[in-house]
Amino acid sequence: MNKKNTLTLISIIAFIVLLFILNINLGIYQMRIFNLCGIYVILALSLNLINGFVGLFSLGHAGFMAVGAYTCALLTMSREMKEMNFFLEPIVPWLKNVQVPFPLALIVAGIMAAIAGALIGAPVLRLRDDYLAIATLGFSEIIRVIFTNTQSITNGALGIKGLPSIGITGKTWEVVIWTWGIALLTIIVMVLLINSSYGRAFKAIREDEIAAEAMGINLFKHKMMAFIIGSFFAGIGGALLGHLIGTIDPRMFFIVLTFNIVLIVVLGGIGSITGSVISAVVVTIAMEVLRVLDGDIIIGGYMIKGIPGMRMVVFSVLLMMVILFYQRGLMGTKEFSWDWILNRKKKTVKS
Amino acid sequence: MSFSIFLQHLVNGISLGSLYALLAIGYTMVYGILRLINFAHGDVFMLGTYIAFYAMTSFFLPWWMSFLIAIALTCIFGIILERSAYRPLRNSPRISVMISAIGASFLIQNLAIVIFGGRPKAFPIAPIFSRILNIGGVSIVSVSLIIPVITAIALYILNYIVNHTKVGMAMRAVSRDYEASRLMGIDVNSIISFTFGTGSVLAAIGGIMWGLKYPQLIPLMGLMPGLKCFIAAVVGGIGNIRGAVIGGFILGLGEIMIVAFSPALSGYRDAFAFVLLIIILLVKPSGLMGQNTVEKV
Repeated sequence: MNKKNTLTLISIIAFIVLLFILNINLGIYQMRIFNLCGIYVILALSLNLINGFVGLFSLGHAGFMAVGAYTCALLTMSREMKEMNFFLEPIVPWLKNVQVPFPLALIVAGIMAAIAGALIGAPVLRLRDDYLAIATLGFSEIIRVIFTNTQSITNGALGIKGLPSIGITGKTWEVVIWTWGIALLTIIVMVLLINSSYGRAFKAIREDEIAAEAMGINLFKHKMMAFIIGSFFAGIGGALLGHLIGTIDPRMFFIVLTFNIVLIVVLGGIGSITGSVISAVVVTIAMEVLRVLDGDIIIGGYMIKGIPGMRMVVFSVLLMMVILFYQRGLMGTKEFSWDWILNRKKKTVKS
Repeated sequence: MSFSIFLQHLVNGISLGSLYALLAIGYTMVYGILRLINFAHGDVFMLGTYIAFYAMTSFFLPWWMSFLIAIALTCIFGIILERSAYRPLRNSPRISVMISAIGASFLIQNLAIVIFGGRPKAFPIAPIFSRILNIGGVSIVSVSLIIPVITAIALYILNYIVNHTKVGMAMRAVSRDYEASRLMGIDVNSIISFTFGTGSVLAAIGGIMWGLKYPQLIPLMGLMPGLKCFIAAVVGGIGNIRGAVIGGFILGLGEIMIVAFSPALSGYRDAFAFVLLIIILLVKPSGLMGQNTVEKV
């Protein structure tokens, strides 16, 4: 047990060192993609908690992300920036002069998303399967429509531009510490949560709701808990995404965003933390690498004319193949563990 | 609001409601048989419209022939979709099938963007559909009257197929009990194909008429109507064809009337369907016409 803890600690430290090395060596563009990977890790894990571990098929993630992104943006922007953005209709006075440091804004963003999750969860968590999916999707869409129409709070369809960079100092080297730092924190929270008695209750609910209830598990309490924690991290992920891109508008939080995250979770394996992390990183990088397909490709002197949008087609074909022929995803419900690696080493030594 | 303006809104609401009803039937029939939200149905609807568009503009076919070709091709496409995306997962958990539906929808949309281009296209409208009729001081575009009539005919034929033919009887049997109907010698696979075909035909009819009424085509045009029509199906009681029609009309009329009576709320038009959905799910989860089912262990 002790040995494994040391190994975990060493690998976390190694990872942090790696972050610093990458930070120095990679260009701005690569670093940006790397940051995006971290954010998608947070988002995929938060969705996996709800969909994978408790088995509630929720499609409301984009809504929670929107709540988080808007909260954080409005709290961190300076008064002058807000006045510049809200030229159509002035911003409400009580929001105008508020400006708090980034870390505080990020936490408030998470809490706001969690409150939204609690408000939405309370009525819809009584529903099952597809009804739950379509009801959460409905709520996320309602949030989007509300944000489009509250001109004096969210600037409506115009969106908000010029979000400050992630971090306290506003320097670029700080960004990766926040994105991957929070991603690491999310991973740790999820692992601890899943291995606690709550986590076992979550899995029991996923396997058989009626049996779980008969065993004395309070269904509503546990579902609410997972839903609130999930939406908290979704809010934080949304806030980071907004600040990384630098501009947010309601169209960004369309259903398609939720579908993207669902597909990342499916590829990694529904109900596997390791799978979600790997898949979030691989998919984010693959989407950038596939960008080659959109441009012209030269093979042996012949030029194949690029078709814009081709990468999305290739990506969705690959995705359908995974869904149809490899349903368990990358990891299934298996997890990474030191035992697995150590045992493997022993086996190779023996043979 | 004067009475003639109200009548105009009413006609608009009824024609939008008819379109929603046609699309909602596709959802409700598939759900009734497979217990699956066919997320790709909205994209089938989009495809129908695009095929009609290309038949008219690239092949210069007369409008009626283009419409027939579009309906036939969309029907075939719906059947292929079921075979390739849903049939391999027939014995998998429901969640995997739903994810497959999301994936299929994703694939069709991205293909459409590559093949058709992302830029909006204008649907050509034959003069017969754009004539402006003046009935007792109310001026109405003829397409607004044609849509409900075509819908009524389509619904009549569908009703006949479902209730008075052998295939329809088999469809009802499969939706009541999948396993038992297989044991009774019904070829379940071909019935499912038939259901998808019928749903796609109705989606194509709806899509073409949508193009005539709102003549702007984009590859993502099926997304919102698709979601709304699934909601219409849930509101009416999923699995129930009559319920889907009622749900479609409630949704169509509701959306138009909200904008008509309080223009201040017009921005919230898209939220109406979702608010309605949540109210229905909380008050009567089985829908207006649905039956309550109790989960058995």
